Amino acid sequence: MADLVSHPDEVKVVSRRFGQGAANLDRYLELDGYKAVQKALSLGADGIINEMKASNLRGRGGAGFPTGMKWSFVPKQAPKPKYVLCNGDESEPGTCKDRLILEHDPHSVIEGVVVAGIAVGSHTGYIYIRGEYRYLSEIMQKALADAYARGFLGKNIFGSGYDFDVYWHGGAGAYEVGEESALMESLEGKRGVPRIRPPFPAVVGLWGGPTVINNVETLASVPHIMLGGGEWYASLGTPKNGGTRLFCLSGHVAKPGVYELPLGYNLKKMIFEVAGGIRGGNKLKAVTPGGSSTPVLKAEECDVGMDFDQLMKAGSMLGSGGVVVLDDTTCMVKYLQRIMMFYQHESCGWCIPCREGTDWLKKTLNRFHAGGGVEKDIGNIQYLAENMLGRTFCPLGDAAAMPAISIVKKYRQEFEDHLNGRPCPFDAKAAEVAVPA
Amino acid sequence: MRFSDTFERRFTEMLGHYPTRRSVLVPTLLYMQDELGYLSDEAIREIAQRLELNELEVRNVISYYSMLTTKPRGKYNVQVCRNISCMLCGADDVIAGVKKRLGVGHKGTTADGMFSFEEVECIGACSWAPAMQVNYDFHEKLTAEKADKILDGYKMKETQ
Repeated sequence: MADLVSHPDEVKVVSRRFGQGAANLDRYLELDGYKAVQKALSLGADGIINEMKASNLRGRGGAGFPTGMKWSFVPKQAPKPKYVLCNGDESEPGTCKDRLILEHDPHSVIEGVVVAGIAVGSHTGYIYIRGEYRYLSEIMQKALADAYARGFLGKNIFGSGYDFDVYWHGGAGAYEVGEESALMESLEGKRGVPRIRPPFPAVVGLWGGPTVINNVETLASVPHIMLGGGEWYASLGTPKNGGTRLFCLSGHVAKPGVYELPLGYNLKKMIFEVAGGIRGGNKLKAVTPGGSSTPVLKAEECDVGMDFDQLMKAGSMLGSGGVVVLDDTTCMVKYLQRIMMFYQHESCGWCIPCREGTDWLKKTLNRFHAGGGVEKDIGNIQYLAENMLGRTFCPLGDAAAMPAISIVKKYRQEFEDHLNGRPCPFDAKAAEVAVPA
Repeated sequence: MRFSDTFERRFTEMLGHYPTRRSVLVPTLLYMQDELGYLSDEAIREIAQRLELNELEVRNVISYYSMLTTKPRGKYNVQVCRNISCMLCGADDVIAGVKKRLGVGHKGTTADGMFSFEEVECIGACSWAPAMQVNYDFHEKLTAEKADKILDGYKMKETQ
């Protein structure tokens, strides 16, 4: 399966059991497994949420919402059952970290789900894994069966009198389902079309019950916070950005891979020291710092600490931790075209700005990159993207708009270089559209 | 319709995991497809009946998910990722090579029914790009040559 990498600057928290056979329950128990759930049971709901708040853990799926606060929004008393839903529909281009967690440490995710459940007074959790990750779904099904066999799940866990069930669930191919409300629709056996909010899932979620939804990496961090304490975890990162995260280095770097680094780690250092610099002696051109939806940073903007707040200040986002590195052989028009083809393909079509916007942007970029661009297209791309921003039910519209706006703004000259039927300056084969619509 | 014992065991077990029957729909459709090769009219009728849905509701769900298909395809579905990280690392060459070898385009199937080809979006192999999946198996750090050898392996498995 996927190779593991390592670097001396790594601080291994979530990845500390990678490569150690921890998918096996006995091995997991040797490596402090299921101690976090027992600690959480003794802390109780308020104690857990206090630790989580102190940890400054922010959602690792992309939005970076403080996890402890999210959990505290779930009402204590609710007329309907409450649920915990783990989002393993990892599909933001550039992101491949949850795959490693589910492969190497599935029990840590189960533990995270149980701790979240105790914190919000839920008795049922679901772990949703994308359909393409079939081997991970099988690993998870076995992990759950093993945990049930030992009595770690089900009735009266660890003699506490608390009942908690965890089930796996599988997708069948849809980026959109990674959005929290579409995820719930999918789990209920429907098309993954987002729900309008409010009400938020913490109040009205799965089958109408209050629901906590967290990313795989977020939940896999929880057991470590329970055992090491919130303050310890917070101290690993920067203010308001606790802990470490799995950064997925990909693209034109010499040593791509998934590295666990403290939040706030310098991006330039990440590229040039951790990931071995740009391959083939080329120059750094741009970076997509947090998955394809995040605004690109130019080479000279890469001297920045990788946490949610510093990247926001730099005009981008930390997103899902997918760091895609581009060297100076990359055509930014083609890069944006590829991104837009993706979002057009994945738009669920429910709201018009996203459905029509992504389609027009894709068509324009296809024509543009193939040499059929006219001057006013450049302004139109910008205009269309700006008018999608913030005008859709879910963030997919924003996800498509943000890279478009940033690339046109920062690399306008490259668009101009494609005008008047000129072939792509980066690629002799540019006249043919590389991929079908 | 008859499905494998594993399928039936899983289906019955999953029904107990949710407060509504239709919640099992998405994963069940994929497991059905794995056994049948595609979601036939008969399969759609069957699952609709089992979950007390009408066929249209089931078709409505199928059309949303990109892994689900109502058309037969090859025994081995070769899915090459075309998204950004793979593109930057040479996916275009892999795609061209696989297409040439199989002699089919996007979503095409070879005449002997052995292989189908599909360009897919991000499969979560970005740090090991370029990548493809043949059915559910990941193949990573590809070149056109390496992909060709991998397909040789599948072909060999069938002819032996």
